[in-house]
Formats: sequence, C-alpha cells, structure tokens
Amino acid sequence: MTAPDAPLLAVEDLHVTFTTRRGLVEAVRGVNLSVAPGRTLGIVGESGSGKTVTAYAITRLLDSSGRITKGRIQFQGMDLVQAPTRTMRALHGAAISMIFQNPRAALNPVRTVGLQIADALRAHRTMTAAQARKRAIELLDEVRIREPEKRIDAYPHELSGGMCQRVVIAMAIACEPALLIADEPTTGLDVTTQKTVMDLVARITAERNMSVLLITHDLGLAAKYCQDIVVMEQGHVVERAPPLRLFSDPQHAYTRRLVAASPTATSRVEDLVPDASLAVPLPPLRPKTKPAPGTAPLLEVQNLVKRYGETAAVDGVSLTIAAGESVGLVGESGSGKSTISRMICRLIDPTGGDILFDGEAIGSIAAREFHRSPLRREIQIVFQDPHESLNPRFSAFDSIAHPLRRLGGLAGDALKARVEDCAKKVGLPLDLLDRFPHQLSGGQKARVGIARAISVGPRLLVLDEPTAALDVSIQAVTLQLLERLRREENLAFLFVSHDLNVVRMMCERTIVLQNGRIVEEGQSRALFDAPATDYTRELVAAIPMREVA
Amino acid sequence: MIAAQARHVGWVLRSNPITAVAAVAATLLCFIALIGPSIVSYDPIASDVASALQPPSAAHWAGTDQLGRDVLARIVYAARLDLAIAASAVFLSFIVGALIGSVCGYAGGRIDRFVGRLVDVLMAFPLFVLAMAMVVALGNRVENIVIATAIINLPFYIRFARAEVNVRRDAGWVEAARAGGEGHLAIVLRFLLPNVLPAMAVQISLNLGWAILNAAGLSFIGLGVKAPTPEWGIMVAEGARFISTGKWWLVAFPGLALMLTVLCFNLLGDGLRDILDPRMRT
Amino acid sequence: MSGLGHTAKRAGQRLVTSLPALFGVLVFTFVLMRVLPGDPAVFFASGPNSSQEDIEMIRRQMGLDKPLPTQLVLYLYDIGRGNLGRSLITGQPVLSDLRERLPASLELTFAALILALGAAIPLGVFAALRANSLIDHAVRFFCSLGVCVPTFVSGLLLIYAFYYLWGIAPDPTGRIDIFTSQPTRVTGFLLIDYLIAGDLDGWAAAFRQILLPAITMALFVMAPLARMTRAAMLASLGSDFVRTARSIGLSDWRVIVVYALRNAILPVLTITGIVFSTMLGANVLVEKVFSWPGVASYALDALLASDYAPVQGFVLLMASIFVLVNLVVDVLYGMADPRVTVE
Repeated sequence: MTAPDAPLLAVEDLHVTFTTRRGLVEAVRGVNLSVAPGRTLGIVGESGSGKTVTAYAITRLLDSSGRITKGRIQFQGMDLVQAPTRTMRALHGAAISMIFQNPRAALNPVRTVGLQIADALRAHRTMTAAQARKRAIELLDEVRIREPEKRIDAYPHELSGGMCQRVVIAMAIACEPALLIADEPTTGLDVTTQKTVMDLVARITAERNMSVLLITHDLGLAAKYCQDIVVMEQGHVVERAPPLRLFSDPQHAYTRRLVAASPTATSRVEDLVPDASLAVPLPPLRPKTKPAPGTAPLLEVQNLVKRYGETAAVDGVSLTIAAGESVGLVGESGSGKSTISRMICRLIDPTGGDILFDGEAIGSIAAREFHRSPLRREIQIVFQDPHESLNPRFSAFDSIAHPLRRLGGLAGDALKARVEDCAKKVGLPLDLLDRFPHQLSGGQKARVGIARAISVGPRLLVLDEPTAALDVSIQAVTLQLLERLRREENLAFLFVSHDLNVVRMMCERTIVLQNGRIVEEGQSRALFDAPATDYTRELVAAIPMREVA
Repeated sequence: MIAAQARHVGWVLRSNPITAVAAVAATLLCFIALIGPSIVSYDPIASDVASALQPPSAAHWAGTDQLGRDVLARIVYAARLDLAIAASAVFLSFIVGALIGSVCGYAGGRIDRFVGRLVDVLMAFPLFVLAMAMVVALGNRVENIVIATAIINLPFYIRFARAEVNVRRDAGWVEAARAGGEGHLAIVLRFLLPNVLPAMAVQISLNLGWAILNAAGLSFIGLGVKAPTPEWGIMVAEGARFISTGKWWLVAFPGLALMLTVLCFNLLGDGLRDILDPRMRT
Repeated sequence: MSGLGHTAKRAGQRLVTSLPALFGVLVFTFVLMRVLPGDPAVFFASGPNSSQEDIEMIRRQMGLDKPLPTQLVLYLYDIGRGNLGRSLITGQPVLSDLRERLPASLELTFAALILALGAAIPLGVFAALRANSLIDHAVRFFCSLGVCVPTFVSGLLLIYAFYYLWGIAPDPTGRIDIFTSQPTRVTGFLLIDYLIAGDLDGWAAAFRQILLPAITMALFVMAPLARMTRAAMLASLGSDFVRTARSIGLSDWRVIVVYALRNAILPVLTITGIVFSTMLGANVLVEKVFSWPGVASYALDALLASDYAPVQGFVLLMASIFVLVNLVVDVLYGMADPRVTVE
C-alpha cells in the first residue's frame, strides 16, 4: 500500500498546548519530522525543548492538561490526531510502543514481571495464561535476562534498574510493533548498564526491522545509535541531519552551541562555549611549584573506611591532593564517591582511617564539632542539585552571606561588599541577590551555590556532581566558571562525577572507584587513553562517544 | 517578593472562593467568641420555666430549652469556651510536638526510632478512649480536657514535624549550612523549623476542628465542662433527651454551630495548604 | 518461596513487637487506677456502709498496703489470670460483663466499617477518575461535611428524621426491641445468630435496629476513607506504571483495576486500620446515643458512677483489640504488597 520509501511515521506541523494556571503554554510549536521503516531517529534537546511532549503526543499519551491543537501525525496510513481512542488502544503495544526513563517506576510494583509481560501480550492476542507465560519466558530470554524461568516470578523491586528496563523492553516488543519510542531510556542508569541497554535496543530493533524514535539529551548517545537526528529548541525543530554532518557542520546557531557544549574525549574547557560574548577568557594555569620536600600535601587521606552496619561503603581509600590541584573521583552508583566527599568535608564521620589537612589530622574531630574548627572555612563543598542546595527561605544574598557571617565574622557593609564581590566572581548579576531560589534559573542557582562555597576563601573545594542536574549548555558555562575560579584563586578541586568526559577535561589526576575501593589512579590523560584495569577499560568503552571531525 | 506572595494569595483565593469564605467565617467566629456575650439579649444561665421548650420564633431564633433558656444565647456564649479549649490544646501540642518532632527527625538513630514507635502506638490507639481515661485520671475539670486534647493531638504534630524535617535533613542546603559553620541545634532551630512551620500551620487549622469535636464529645458524655455552663457538647447532650419527642432545635442548633465551626477551620486548612504548596507556586 | 510461612513469620514478629505497647497500656491502666480520686478499696467493699475494718481487710486482700512495684506485679498476676475486678453497678466480674457486651460493640463497628468502605471506595475511585468534575467536587464537599458533624449530633438528627418524623426506623434503643425473641447465643453477633437459628424476621428486626447507629458511625469515618482512596487513586493514575499500562494498549478497565486500584488499595488499607481504632473510640458516643448495650456504654456508665474497674478493663480491652487489628492490617498489607519483607 505504501511506497517503499514512504515514512512509517510523519509528523506535520504539530502543535501541543498545555493548560497551566498561568494560562495556555505552547510546548510544541509546529514540529515536522518523519521516521522511515527500520530507521532510528534521535530527537535531542535540552529541558523545555518539547522533545518528550512530541513523543507523548505521537502516542496520544499526553497528560490531561495537554492537547494537540494543530497538525497531523501520519502513521500506517492514518492520522493519529483524529484517531478515536479505541483505535489508539489497538495501536498501543501492537504498532507503537514505548520505553521510559526510570524503568523501575514504569513497572507495576505489586505485579510480577511475568504477569506484566503477559498483560502486554494478551492485550492484543488471544492466548491462554499458560501460553502467555511461555512466551513471556522467551521474551525475557530475548532481552538477555539470565534464568528467565526464575525471573519471571520476580517483582520489579527484586530486579536492578537495568533489568527492569529490559523487562519494559520485553513488554514493548511483545506484540511486534513497527515503531518503538524510547524516552530517555538510560537516564539514571550507570554508564555500563546504559551501554548494554542501548546495545540491546539497537540489536532487537534491527533484527525486527523496527523504527525507533530515541528521545535524549545526550548528544553522544544520539550520535552512536541514530541514523538521523533532529535538534529541538523551545518547541521547534531547528535542524535535522545525520550525526556526522550534524557534529562536523552544524548549521543552526543553537545546534552549534549545543555541539560545542557537549564534552568529548578531546574537548578543552576553553572550547565549550563558542560564543565569544559568553565565554570568559581563562587565566593561564599557574606553574606547578614542587612542594618543598618534607611539607605535607594540602589533603592526605589515609586508609579511609566507612561502614553502615555490616557493609562497607568505603573500604580503605587513600589519596592526596596538592595545593591548587584538581583531582577527579569517578565511579558508578554505590562506588562510595559521595560518601568519601562528605567525609572529607567533615559532614559525616569516618569509621576508620585518617584525614590530614595541611598536615593536621581532622578525621578524628567529630563532624558535629567540626563547625568550630578554624579549618572549617578551608574546606567547602558545592552540591549536586543546585535547587536542593539552597535554603528556600534564604535570598541569594543570605545564602552567600551565611558562611561569611558564621565563619568570617563579617557584618554590615563589609559583609555586603564581600557578598557582592563573590557574586561578581561567579558572574551573578547583583540585582538577583535579593531573589529567592524559586525565582532563579538552574544556572543562576548553581552560581549562588558556587559563590557561597568560595565566599570564605577555602583552599579545597569539593564538587559533588556539580553539573549533573544541569542542561549541557549551562553545564558548559558552569564548568568554565569553575575552571577560571580554580586558576584565579589557586583552589584545589576534588571533583566527584559519573561523567568521564567532564572529569577528563576538568581534572589533572583521576581516581577510579568501585565498591568503595580504588581500582585505578593516575594522570587523567594517561588513565583514559590507556586504562590499566578491566573495570576502567569497561567504563571508558561505555561512554557514548561521537566521532570528532 | 511580598507583591508576588500577595499575588499568589490572591490567585488562590480567586480560584478557590471557598477558602476566602472560610477565612472570613473564621474571623467572624473569633469575633463572635470575643464580643458575642455583649450582643445577645438573653441570659444564658437564668431559667424561665414559663417559656420552656419553645420552637424557634421571632423572639427566640433558635428556640428555648427545657429550662426556658434561649438556645441562641447559649450557643453564642459557648463559642468562647469551645474555641478557647480547642485553641489552647492545639497551641500546646503544636509547640511541644514541633520541638520533639524536629529534634527526632534531625537526630535520627535510636531516640528517633523509639519516639517514632511510641507515636505509632499512640496514634493507632482509640484516642477518644485515651482522652476519656486521662480526664478521669487527672480529674474532671476543664483544664484537664485541654491537657487530654493536647496529648492526643501531640502524636500528629510529632509525626508531621519529624517527617518534614527528616526529608530535609540531608538536603544540600542543610549540609551547606553545616559546611558554613552552623551547629546542629542552630540548624534545627534556625534552618529547619522555619521551613517546616508553614506546613504545620496548615495542620493547626485542620486540628482545631478536630480538637473542638473532641472537647465537645467529652462534655457530651459528661466529662469536663459541667451544666449549666453553656457548651455545645452539653447542650446537645441535654437536647438528646427530647429528640424522640420531636424537639429538634435543642440538638440541631448547637450541632450546627459545631459543624460550621469545624467545617470552617477544615476548609481554611485545605486552602492554606494550597497556598503553601510549593508545587502551586510560580 | 513460601508465602504463607513468610506471612506467619511476619505476623509473629509484629506480635512480639507489639507486646511492649500492650505492656505500656497495662502499666497505664495500673497507674490510672492508682491515681484515680478515691481509694479503690472503698469501691471494692461490699456496700456503702461497710465498716473501716472491712475496708482495711479488702485493702490488705488487694495488696494495697504493699509498695507500688509489688502492687504492679500483683496486678499483672491478676490480669494474667483474667481477673479484672468486679463491677459495682452490675455486681458481676468485669471480665464476664465485657465478654457479654463485646459482640454488640464489634457487630456495630464491623457493620459501620463495611458500610463505610462500601461507600467510600467507589466514591473515591469515581472522584479520582473524574478529577475536578462536578462529581469530584460533590464527593469532596460531602466528605468535608462528614468529618465536621460529630457522631452524637448526626445520630440524634437521624433519630429525629427516621424515627420521630417519618417513623420508618424502630425505637432507637438497644440491639433488638423487647418483644422480639433473642436467638440462641452462638457468636453473640445477632445478625449471625439469627441466621444460624433460621429466624429471618428476627434478623430483619436486628438489621433495622443496627442500621441507624451503623450509618451514624459510617458517615463519620467515610470522609477519611474516601479522601485517601481518591488521593491514592490520583497518585496511581498519574504514576509511570499506569502510563506503561496504557502504552501497551490495555483496556481502561484493566488499567484502572489491575494497575491503578490494586496499588491505591495499599494506603487505604493502612488508613482502614486507623479508622477502625477511631471507631472504637467513637463507639462511646454512638452507643450512648442509641443506648446500645456494648462495652463502651458499659464503661461510660461505670465511669460516671465512679466505678473504675470496668473502665480499666475497657481500656485494656480496647488496647488488646487495637493490637490485634494492627496485626491483621499488617498481615494483610504484607500479603498485598510484595515489597514488604521480614525486617
């Protein structure tokens, strides 16, 4: 019926409007895209770009507050915008299916995974419970779940996040749909799990000649798994191209910014922001002065241990950081990296081992006493989620001023001058100082958090995933800011991150953690280029890399 | 900031006129409790047997009781007592509960588990029975109704403050305060409590209604306030004897007063929750 | 995996952990007894004109001359033997009085609970399915109203309307009018005993009698149940797994029942336990209004007559029932939610 090259899905001039209490908000404004049979199309964009809304509009699974106001969605010869609910229900799972981010929440917690797969099968096919069960076991086997006969009776909470995602994939492919829509399918999964899940999706859809619509914020991921990419910004498609051309020769200004801001294996901090008006020239790195023999490094951690009950979250970790040095701490979830950073900040107490700052043992000072120590101001921390790290009842000024009052003993005009000085350093406009967190954007909140941390003039700054909650373009600006501050103030960084590309760029030395132990440690470039251990090799191989032109 | 706040309050009131009505009604209620006795024209205590058990009329809008006393006058006089009992009970449990709850929620560990368990036990226990038993043990007096009501309210506040503090204790801004040199006690008092209090204010409004019902229930069964003091629960109890003979106004009007008061505080509480709910904020 | 063994183990664990609570209540009633105004020995003396020696003798018999800890041990020993003292009013041992009256209270509570759940869950589900519709607002308004009317007022007004005004309800006193013959006591629950006896007329009479008090109580507790059902349903309907269920093309009915409601029932179950214990308390008021011969009105009469042994026994009984109810709720929850494990 359809011509050989006719697209399976064609979206034409799609508009989606949400009713909010501030009136109507148009989230998608005239999107055009098409997916050919057997091809994978990536939709990339930052938060608020409308990429997810587009996906849900195609499946007609929008919230009740969202409505398609205009446009056509051509799929297998019909217009889904006009299709009655009954038709849509017949299509769901059988012709179009979805996989989601946060796979564990996507499964019914009180139903075994086998029954849920059977639900998917029996929604469109007449089969007995026993037949459905048999087929569910086969499907589990196809998504590479070991011992499917056993796992079929498991509840979602008994499976890991990666396994849950495989179950969701099994449900999605159960009735052999022609189109799979994957909405940020690997967000929240560890990088190695991410690779196995994406490889599985790629293999399964290729075997069945399925089309895939992959929605992601990760350019690397889109580059690796898609044949075509559309870039969305504020409800519009701004560019469409195959990955190679998109990255080597981006046409649209937004695409150029986005591509530049996404770190690759060879990016430098300087390159992240191409727009000269936004970029800040970085001062040159200070020449490393070899510490005089016999003097202690800035921070020395010896055989650090933290136990929770029987399990050791951190199991004998030793590391040193020199003054002005930037050290990366990488590892997957559960590797103990956050626990280590909090122990070094003296926010929690270690079970064993010692922490020496400037040669002085601080590990034995109880965390609840440490706020009185003169060293408190020397070690400061920048937190992961910029929103969550600001007191909702403090203005930006109060947030920055708080440590200055407590630790610097400043007040009055001196305090005001110092706060404004810090705000200038982090590029926060002074008129934002009397705003409250909910009135600031994510990037502005991140700046307040950084200003607060540097206000008392620390020598060691612990950065706990400082950009994990930020969009990539804001991440780029924030990383540049951090690098500039480090050079200007001669700060030492302990940079905790799961994002290896960022660490490679930001840190001179990198420490790889697994299960609370150090598996490898070395100069960043050497470590990433030639990993010595299998685990690091696996981590590095799992980063979705795009070819660099 | 204040303008934004006012805009938000305005929006909530406009989109939820019931809250506005409840707020006005609550103010009116407090006003009646304060000056009511000076605007009614009947003595709430002196009996006038000649005009006993009269149905509502122009002279007695809510009728008269078995001793000929004006029901409306007694209802108005009772407002002060009922509100005072409920307000002081809720105030007591709010202060104590917020402190215990937030300290437990922040400290965690063994104390927290112990208090949590205690609160669970207390909350699941038939609280009205507990209040009865306490009033009996402490002595059948009004102040003991306040204390008993306060104690059975306590677990709600402890649990609420504990939960609210607990979700925030590991928040970035709390850790930042510690990195900024703040001690534990100061963090609980100056950082966590101010963030928790607004949400607890909603509980106050909701609990006021509950406390009024509780106090009225206790006096209905003959505990606490004694006749002939005008009090809604007692008035209903006295009227109960005449309901089978059709003297509905003795029960209906004090009952209506109770219901409207409780309804008003409940609606106000719901409205306040909408105002404070951060998800409703811009 | 043996589900039953798992559940039994969990129930056993919960029973053990609730023992301290029960012990706490025991100590509480003990203290209650000792700080009560007046001398317990006076109450236990045979009559108002018993002599000083009689009282002294009873005092010694009851061990009231011994130090408090010893008294506590003696008290616990008595409780252990089922000796809760004797009621002044009825002259009977408290234990047998309670045993006599407990079925009446439980029958009323269960009837009200069934009514309340039967109305609240469909209403809550419906309100959630049509969120912000007229029906939703009506349900919410009705619920807001329900919690505001105290049981003693709504009970009396129901009596006025159905008994005095329209005459459709029987005389609102007791479980059965005096002209109807009682069934042979098997369970003590009249509605069941009549069925066992095959006396349908008696059953209907008992049913008519229980209807008003049960409705009174149900009205009061429907609000929290419907509210929780609505909130839980809304949460589940907005959850990721319901979206998944829709994305695989399940029918609406299946999505709502198997996915949304099945999960929403968990918080409803928890609140049902709390509601049950609220009802045990509200029994005091409802039984008084309807002259229902249950344990609560028995304790109340005793309380007002300064007869404290029944009050003590009543509080103890309530505590035990509450422990039992929590146990049942916990076991049910454990069966309904696979995520609950033996800690």
